[in-house]
Amino acid sequence: MEERGMNARIRSLRRKSLETRAHIDMERTKSMTKTYERYEGSMSVPELRAMVLKDYFSTKKLYIGDGELIVGEKGDSPQASPTFPELCCHTIEDMHVMNDRELINFQVKEEDYTYQKDSVIPFWEKRSIRKRILDNMTEDWKNAYEAGLFTEFMEQRGPGHTVGSFKIYEKGFLDYKKDIQNSMDNLDLLNDPHATKKMDQLKGMMIACDGILILGARYAAYARELAETETNEQRKEELLQIAQNCDVVPAHKPQTYWQAIQMYWFVHLGVTTELNPWDAYSPGRLDQHLNGFYENDVEKGTLDDEKALELLECLWIKFNNQPAPPKVGITLKESSTYTDFANINTGGITPTGENGVNNVSYLILDCMEEMQLLQPSSNVQISKKTPAKFLKRACEVSRHGWGQPAFYNTEAIIQELLNAGKSLEDARCGGTSGCVETGAFGNEAYILTGYFNIPKIFELTLTNGYDTVSGKQLGLKLGEAKDFQTYEELFEAFSKQIKYFIDIKVKGSNVIEQIYANYMPAPFLSIITNDCISTGKDYNAGGARYNTKYIQGVGIGTITDSLAAIKYNVYDKKNFTMEELMAGISDNFQGHDQLLNMVRNKTPKYGNDEDYADDIMKSVFEMYRKEVTGRPNMNGGFYRINMLPTTCHVYFGEVMTASPNGRLAHKPVSEGISPEKGADINGPTAVIKSASKMDHLQTGGTLLNQKFTPQVVAGEEGLKQMANLVRTYFNMDGHHIQFNVIDRETLIQAQKHPEDYKDLIVRVAGYSDHFRNLSKELQDEIINRTEQSFN
Amino acid sequence: MTLITGIQKYSIHDGDGIRTTVFFKGCPLNCIWCHNPETQSYQRELLSDKEACINCGKCKAACPFDSCQSCGTCVDVCPLNLREIAGEEYTIPNLLKELKKDEMFYEESGGGVTLSGGEVLAQDMDYIETLMMRLSRIGIPANIDTCGYVPYENIQRILPFTDTFLYDVKLVNQEKHKKYIGKDNQLILENLIRLSQDGGKLHIRIPVIKEVNGSKEDLQEIIDFLTNNNILVQRIHLLPYHNTGSGKYEKLGKQYQGKAFTPPSPEEMENFKKLFINAGFHNTKIGG
Repeated sequence: MEERGMNARIRSLRRKSLETRAHIDMERTKSMTKTYERYEGSMSVPELRAMVLKDYFSTKKLYIGDGELIVGEKGDSPQASPTFPELCCHTIEDMHVMNDRELINFQVKEEDYTYQKDSVIPFWEKRSIRKRILDNMTEDWKNAYEAGLFTEFMEQRGPGHTVGSFKIYEKGFLDYKKDIQNSMDNLDLLNDPHATKKMDQLKGMMIACDGILILGARYAAYARELAETETNEQRKEELLQIAQNCDVVPAHKPQTYWQAIQMYWFVHLGVTTELNPWDAYSPGRLDQHLNGFYENDVEKGTLDDEKALELLECLWIKFNNQPAPPKVGITLKESSTYTDFANINTGGITPTGENGVNNVSYLILDCMEEMQLLQPSSNVQISKKTPAKFLKRACEVSRHGWGQPAFYNTEAIIQELLNAGKSLEDARCGGTSGCVETGAFGNEAYILTGYFNIPKIFELTLTNGYDTVSGKQLGLKLGEAKDFQTYEELFEAFSKQIKYFIDIKVKGSNVIEQIYANYMPAPFLSIITNDCISTGKDYNAGGARYNTKYIQGVGIGTITDSLAAIKYNVYDKKNFTMEELMAGISDNFQGHDQLLNMVRNKTPKYGNDEDYADDIMKSVFEMYRKEVTGRPNMNGGFYRINMLPTTCHVYFGEVMTASPNGRLAHKPVSEGISPEKGADINGPTAVIKSASKMDHLQTGGTLLNQKFTPQVVAGEEGLKQMANLVRTYFNMDGHHIQFNVIDRETLIQAQKHPEDYKDLIVRVAGYSDHFRNLSKELQDEIINRTEQSFN
Repeated sequence: MTLITGIQKYSIHDGDGIRTTVFFKGCPLNCIWCHNPETQSYQRELLSDKEACINCGKCKAACPFDSCQSCGTCVDVCPLNLREIAGEEYTIPNLLKELKKDEMFYEESGGGVTLSGGEVLAQDMDYIETLMMRLSRIGIPANIDTCGYVPYENIQRILPFTDTFLYDVKLVNQEKHKKYIGKDNQLILENLIRLSQDGGKLHIRIPVIKEVNGSKEDLQEIIDFLTNNNILVQRIHLLPYHNTGSGKYEKLGKQYQGKAFTPPSPEEMENFKKLFINAGFHNTKIGG
């Protein structure tokens, strides 16, 4: 393993973070079970939930690793994952699967199996949200869910999907207690029918404050205890400083840069221990939040860039120490990763609309480059006001090849937020989290409800609503493929099927929302999210200032090319009939070489800046958007769309037969808004042009991947043009772009399966070319060259 | 008939910024090492991947002629998509439409269009001149990538509309030039002198091939020529040779004669670069 980190301390912490196996830690569950046994039924649900957090923080094992400067772990040590049986109560088989599976595994100890079997399952199975959800879903919902038409985010993990704002650094939790008391005092117990309910919520928030205060005090005491026996003078000094930091935060607002980072980390632990929310929690605009502290300390002479960077690297390791809690079943398939999607936004603009890049922004880029860790995901927001120097530096980091930072368009984000009804200032303080999702940081619950398999619904449209994979009639009976006399008729039927399944999905989500609002409030998260305290409403019940639900459309490339294949060949050119195409699909194109060649190679495709296919993409996008956007959710907000897949495009492909565009059965569908693999053959500018024809500003985020070999982005020229690609895409309102600079292994695959890598561009010598167009010898040469460039 | 073999977007090594490069078909020279052999002939040509062919016979069955006329009928019937036709006609409006697509990228990056080949200045010059004029009128900067072996009049016609000439100089030595390129280099060198005198903005591009011109002496001769004739050069590009086109030769059914050639080592390239810099050509780069 390559050692990284600015000094021995960081290298050692980083090594531990990477070498420790992810493992299950039952302490939280044990503590929670006791809390429920003691209080369940005697106090309100919000109080009970807050008590779970408080009891755990009062007794949990503390951890301060050698050399750590930022302290606190969710479990007993790095790479520990608590379980959350109140959300998803794992079966013994689940536990074996998570221990044994080859990828994304978690070590389960013998005693954990026993405890799960004897204590957890008997107590929690009937209480788990997952059971409650599945009990409350209709047959239609279950059939569609099991057939892979959509996924459901809240089935194993809680809502959350939110990001911290500057608020975290403005107050301590003693101050929040005053705010909560104030809100209690202002309740209108004479006239407000909801006053009692609000009181319960506020009481819960109060208890949650106590929980984090106790954790802080315990860490202060523990650091002092360690200092007493520490023989190394320098480390002793550090431990005492950690203790002093924990005397200040989280009780009071931070005074220094170091304390500000520690404050964030306590908040992060609070949110991600309280429940297991999707996408953990994120610091948001970290550079802007920290910059005031940084400047202050630098002026006082107590901080320099080296120390500032070291503390950031310590924070990075903390993030990386927290694997996403284990997922199973379909939820594992849609998000098969340890990454918990904490995502940091750097750059952008300030709340008053000026360039937001500061010294800390550059330090964050240095940190990203040095650490090269999966977590936290790091991105940069690029505004028209962002200095070229910053963009270039970000490109320089990105071209190392592991895809970070990703690039986001500040102006697009702001317009997306304004479109969704946010104030200008809230929009400017917003950004993206998770993968690419837009939100008003600190003010919004923007919940992803699940992925939506658009190409699969088209598959059903061609088979009269019957799913040949699950063997069930899932969709509406609107006719067989051959019955559609025109493209318009076919598209009309497709639209009806989409509406039918969106209805099913939304009905289910609305029920799920209520389940969380009633049974699984998040009092800690509510404290730090505007305006939960002032309205006395929980985060999961619509307490945030803005409440958005997203349904993530998947497979726009596959569906576009499938529709184009039919429109072009069946209706326009009459190259073959619908019957012939359906025969090809049902044979997975075996023995239909010419048909396959036709749809794969002789048909207009999305991603080439050709209007024929791109217009179809626009029509599908518009249809999907109109069907979803504006539907009311149960928390006072609206449904909106975004276009991203995480790893769901692989799962969605698995449940499908072959597609009209020549995609073979069970192969992945296209990811994000990227073209179908191998469909784009005109280079990155054409992809960017095609992608920009989508109305990004009407979404809550889109995801565009670009693959390059290191040679394409090598040198000053490669760097400059990479920056220009980003700027131009953003000038055209693109939301997000990220670069994969391809490794040797991929190139070898590309050589073996050139049909899958048609869009792969390589830098040859004085020019760039498609990899597939090179002689074998040259490919070999480049494969070897690439390896060198990574050393 | 002006034929185009390809329109390459995101060309970032044919002049400044992000560019779209158009490859015209047909060239008066016959460089042994040419990496775009499909652009040598002025006729349409069929490329077929014989190595991957499964001999299914569908192409033969579909062929309307006794011998190949490069009509392209077989291209659509090949089940493995192994066949393609090199050489497509574009009306000027259609070509402009294609070239305008990346306008946003040109503007952001200071790029534009590059007309290359084959040899762009050995085509129907009415077509080329009109194209250049129209590009100029709509504000897209256009470069000309030329081997220089063309009547000077052709250069003159497009000079007012040209941003930069990417001018290939392979050898000053006449005998060697004849040996490897098949033609005398006098016209090339004279045109270069005139073009410089007429104010053409010049990037000199020198493909460096060990056996052909990869020695200090050969390159010194080029330096001397440029210096003695006071040629105003904006930039020199030393392009290390690669046998990138060898696969295409097989597809064209041609023999690749350049197999014996070798690229210079990175150290040699660095030394050559120093040679130019020491001679006062400070803006010398390795690669495009």
